[in-house]
Amino acid sequence: MQQDLVHAIKSNPKYHEMVSKRATFSWLLAIAMLAIYYGFILVIAFNKQLLAQPLFAGPPASVATVGIPVGISVILLAFLLTGIYVYRANTVFDKLNNEIKEEVL
Amino acid sequence: MSFWKRAFPAIALTLFAGAALAAGDMGGEVKKQSLNITAIVMFLAFVGATLGITYWAAQRTKTAKDFYTAGGGITGFQNGLAIAGDYMSAASFLGISGLVFANGYDGLIYSVGWLVGWPIIMFLMAEQLRNLGKYTYADVVSYRFQRVPMRTMAATSSLVVVILYLIGQMVGAGKLIQVLFGLEYVYAVILVGVLIIVYVTVGGMLATTWVQIIKAILLLSGATIIAFGALYMAAGSFSMEAMFQKAVAIHPKKEAIMSPGAMVSDPIEAISLGLALMFGTAGLPHILMRFFTVSNAKEARKSVFYATGFIGYFYILTFLIGFGAIVLLTTNPEFLDAAGKLRGGQNMAAVNLAAAVGGNLLLGFISAVAFATILAVVSGLTLAGASAISHDLYANVFAHGNANEQQEVRISKMATVGLGVIAILLGIAFEQQNIAFLVGLTFSVAASANFPLIITSVYWSKMTTKGALLGGWLGLISATLFVILGPTVWKDILGNAEAIFPYKNPALFSMTIAFLGIFIGSILDSSENGKQECASYEAQDVRCQTGIGAEGAASH
Repeated sequence: MQQDLVHAIKSNPKYHEMVSKRATFSWLLAIAMLAIYYGFILVIAFNKQLLAQPLFAGPPASVATVGIPVGISVILLAFLLTGIYVYRANTVFDKLNNEIKEEVL
Repeated sequence: MSFWKRAFPAIALTLFAGAALAAGDMGGEVKKQSLNITAIVMFLAFVGATLGITYWAAQRTKTAKDFYTAGGGITGFQNGLAIAGDYMSAASFLGISGLVFANGYDGLIYSVGWLVGWPIIMFLMAEQLRNLGKYTYADVVSYRFQRVPMRTMAATSSLVVVILYLIGQMVGAGKLIQVLFGLEYVYAVILVGVLIIVYVTVGGMLATTWVQIIKAILLLSGATIIAFGALYMAAGSFSMEAMFQKAVAIHPKKEAIMSPGAMVSDPIEAISLGLALMFGTAGLPHILMRFFTVSNAKEARKSVFYATGFIGYFYILTFLIGFGAIVLLTTNPEFLDAAGKLRGGQNMAAVNLAAAVGGNLLLGFISAVAFATILAVVSGLTLAGASAISHDLYANVFAHGNANEQQEVRISKMATVGLGVIAILLGIAFEQQNIAFLVGLTFSVAASANFPLIITSVYWSKMTTKGALLGGWLGLISATLFVILGPTVWKDILGNAEAIFPYKNPALFSMTIAFLGIFIGSILDSSENGKQECASYEAQDVRCQTGIGAEGAASH
């Protein structure tokens, strides 16, 4: 990429808006995913009993444990987070990016 | 008979390896699968259809870009399915459902680990890869660094990962086909090798992509039918609680199958395994290559969204399949051997369950799908390996970036044939070997060598070639050494009394070493080259952020 184009883009305030918005958002989501997953793993490593409780106390208590919806929720949350990112990227980040392109190219 | 006795423990091991585990139920004496006509007809239909697609794809594959990335014209949805097809291997289908069948809840822990890498790939890597790369992930990590040493390293670690993964797939394929179709192991391995050579050399990425898409659809529909069919049959309704109750009553481990067990006990081991699963996914060359097949960053992120959905749904199905198998197979003599164990060992749970739910027809369908699954995964791996040889090693290292395109594609096709032959030979050589450590090793190497390089080269402006080389090689070597010196190889396979490295999963340590290597090597680098590389980060970052200057889709 030519140096003057790089400078033109970097001096465009919308570029900085996009970069900082996107970086904040993606690292936030990445950290959220890591926290959810490692939260799950650490509970398993240190306090299994938490997940072994019956899902419904009853009586009669359910055979299904709290761990089952928790595990499946981690899978569903992973999918949900990717959906949230796509939605925001399609609406906010792409819009800014297209504006930058129109202005500098 | 003795042949089958010999074969089955190996199958169990092989597929078990898919779950990166050691030990377990290795199956007892098993009768040879009678010739399943449905399976053979469905398999031939699949091969016929995919060869037809390969012929169609060949007409559309003219340039290097067509060959490596299907012209960059795959849509996000198609690519999402293809990624899912690449990722949902026979080992994960049979291995995880088998794990749930044997241990219950613990199987779900693995599924979760294998899925959570995907959001990370989307948030931090997918669009960046698409904007900076062309054909291979080495394009990204060598973007602003010295071409020859960087490409050499990236291609080496790509090939290490591809070949390790290939061994597991080929041995698994041979064993599985042997069981399902009654074909000799050697012929089964050769058949797989020959078919993928045809798909890849003739049809390139376009054919490979469609093989993966078709396979993903077949596998998802087959697994859906088995999972919900089994749930209904086991519970008499679609009540999961009713199925769980019966499973607990019937399973030798009783209530223990409903909650996390002994599998994750050591926190260091658990965290290290989690890192390998999560970031290993983000370092698999055949997966990363898929991001270059779409037309832009937007399609790249959409493909991860769809892929995450399909893969997550698939893992939930394997959980249901495992529990369905506990209820429907454990007490049904039709599916047990003389010793009262499951026919074919725990990894045949899903296949046996198909027969229990849908008779010979569903069994045949699932057998054919399992074979299709292997073909699709092996094709993707072979193409990634061939690209590392032709695009990274030949065009960029050997020819110093001056190779013409036709020549590069020709080398790529030769490399495909070579890798196909190597895959066949390794498949034969490892038939009787304990390969349980391979999947763990593959993911550890991918997480420790490839992932740190990609993430730092995209996000850290102060990185230089020296740092990249130091960290990259250290990650590759330390991950490999730790696995060899660890309990799985040093103790279990080589028979030493104590492992030198105490953990089965080295990723926590080898990833740290790789990142430290990159950091220290870059900080200490005061060379003129290093300064220029830091200065050129700005232009790289602008292209990465905006996609301006990125490879477009071919127009035809």
